[in-house]
Amino acid sequence: MSVLVLDRVSRWFGNVVAVNDVSMTIGPGITGLLGPNGAGKSTVINMLSGFLAPSSGTVTLNGDTIWRNEDVYRSVGLVPEREAMYDIVTGWEFVLANARLHGLADPGSAAARALATVDMVQAKDRAVRTYSKGMKQRVKVASALVHDPGVLLLDEPFNGMDPRQRLHLMNLLRTMAGEGRTVLFSSHILEEVERIADGIQVMVAGRHAASGDFREIRRLMTERPHQYTIRSSDDRALAAAVISDGSASGVSLRGAGPVSPSAGSEAELHVEATDFSAFVRALPHLARERGISLYDVSPADESLESVFSYLVAR
Amino acid sequence: MNPVVAQLTLRGLLGRRRILVLAALPALLLVFSLVLRLTVGADEELVEAIISGFALSTLLPLLALIAGTGAIGPEIDDGSIMYLMAKPVSRHLIVRSKLIVACGVVFAFGTFPMLVAGLLLTERSVDLVLGCCLGSVLAGTAYCALFLLLSVLTRNAVIAGLVYAVVWESIVGNFVPGAKTLSVLQWGLAFAEKVGGDQATRLGVESEVAPVTAGILLLVVTVGSTWYAGLRLRTLRLAGDE
Repeated sequence: MSVLVLDRVSRWFGNVVAVNDVSMTIGPGITGLLGPNGAGKSTVINMLSGFLAPSSGTVTLNGDTIWRNEDVYRSVGLVPEREAMYDIVTGWEFVLANARLHGLADPGSAAARALATVDMVQAKDRAVRTYSKGMKQRVKVASALVHDPGVLLLDEPFNGMDPRQRLHLMNLLRTMAGEGRTVLFSSHILEEVERIADGIQVMVAGRHAASGDFREIRRLMTERPHQYTIRSSDDRALAAAVISDGSASGVSLRGAGPVSPSAGSEAELHVEATDFSAFVRALPHLARERGISLYDVSPADESLESVFSYLVAR
Repeated sequence: MNPVVAQLTLRGLLGRRRILVLAALPALLLVFSLVLRLTVGADEELVEAIISGFALSTLLPLLALIAGTGAIGPEIDDGSIMYLMAKPVSRHLIVRSKLIVACGVVFAFGTFPMLVAGLLLTERSVDLVLGCCLGSVLAGTAYCALFLLLSVLTRNAVIAGLVYAVVWESIVGNFVPGAKTLSVLQWGLAFAEKVGGDQATRLGVESEVAPVTAGILLLVVTVGSTWYAGLRLRTLRLAGDE
């Protein structure tokens, strides 16, 4: 059982604060490190993998400092985001070299097993430079698994993979987590994290925005105020109905002129719903009871950044 | 030495078209020496001009620059060195392994052709040829260690190495008294002069530095650069991490 701990960790580059006073504990199972691009996820992964010193705070694995400690790599497997590998060698030679660098007793068997795990046996004798992005990603995973590590760190591992490869890697990570290993992967895609992560750590703008069980984070995300843009046959009457129903905290009417079903109509109603699920259930009933036709109902703030920003504010 | 690190380094150094660059200058040296031997015959003056003047003074620093920076620079630039560093292998051992490979390449493409060319050009000044070869081994090792360190310290190691080899050793060394004392080439020449003896004196192959001083300075630069490169590799921040 391996436990990674970041304790009040900050990392700055000149005047730029990449990670700001982050504390988190990552234990066995799959943990998703979620956040938009530039949130500081890679900086956290780099500190956890010993490639970056924290400017302040401590980063440890089972109580041992990771920075400047080459011995931690006996129990850590790393899949970096950067694509560069040793293009001059074949996939087999690359994974075998990794096994030999770990000083394994039978590097050949370990390399063969790792390549089989990522389904790269058939292409193993091709030069790495001829691989697609997804194939390179799988060989990188094989090289990280070759010494059977207790901790696996993956920086955006699903980038460049097709859906089948993605599913395969997800199953592999689940298997590894099921064996009691600590798996941490970073992603900026909510659905990836939701599908496989047991726990979640959310980073936004260098800060630790949320952590814990994914369902809890999802609940927070679901219960946040949702904004909708609605076009209907009578926006004013619908606004009054929504406010009186209590499922929205605010409405605003925009545009003027007759409302029509056409997409070019400028008039629209903006609603800030306090309870997402109650609002989406109530809206059709409210419209039907008043004889109002709904032409368009669309969420106005579903970008990942807006979701994360809400979590930071919490 | 770690054989896996050495193997990957060697393949990186000799892979693709880099071997053509490495082989071009020694091939030129050998062809030129053979043509001279066939046309002019054995000529002592040529030993000084070709072996000391070209092979030791020009070919050696250039080869060491290519091998020393090429042994680690490209891996740092593209980040692939991460795969070596994320292993329970001492960073000092990684540097030492790469240095040994770089030195091996310099000896194979610099010292050995120098020996063959020297023996083609002379029958009487064999001691001087052997002295130049010894100087190239010692200076080549120091050059490689220095250029390897530059690769760990800066992304512009090739330019920095060229500035040292061309501007400092060749230009500043010719005009500023004392500058030659801090020249790896002069330290190598000290051994060529010592081994060459009378032959070196007769042909004007001489160094500004005494062999003992040269030996100490070569040792300090080689060991110091290698140790410091290993130390800096432990705290290396790869491009794109910030």
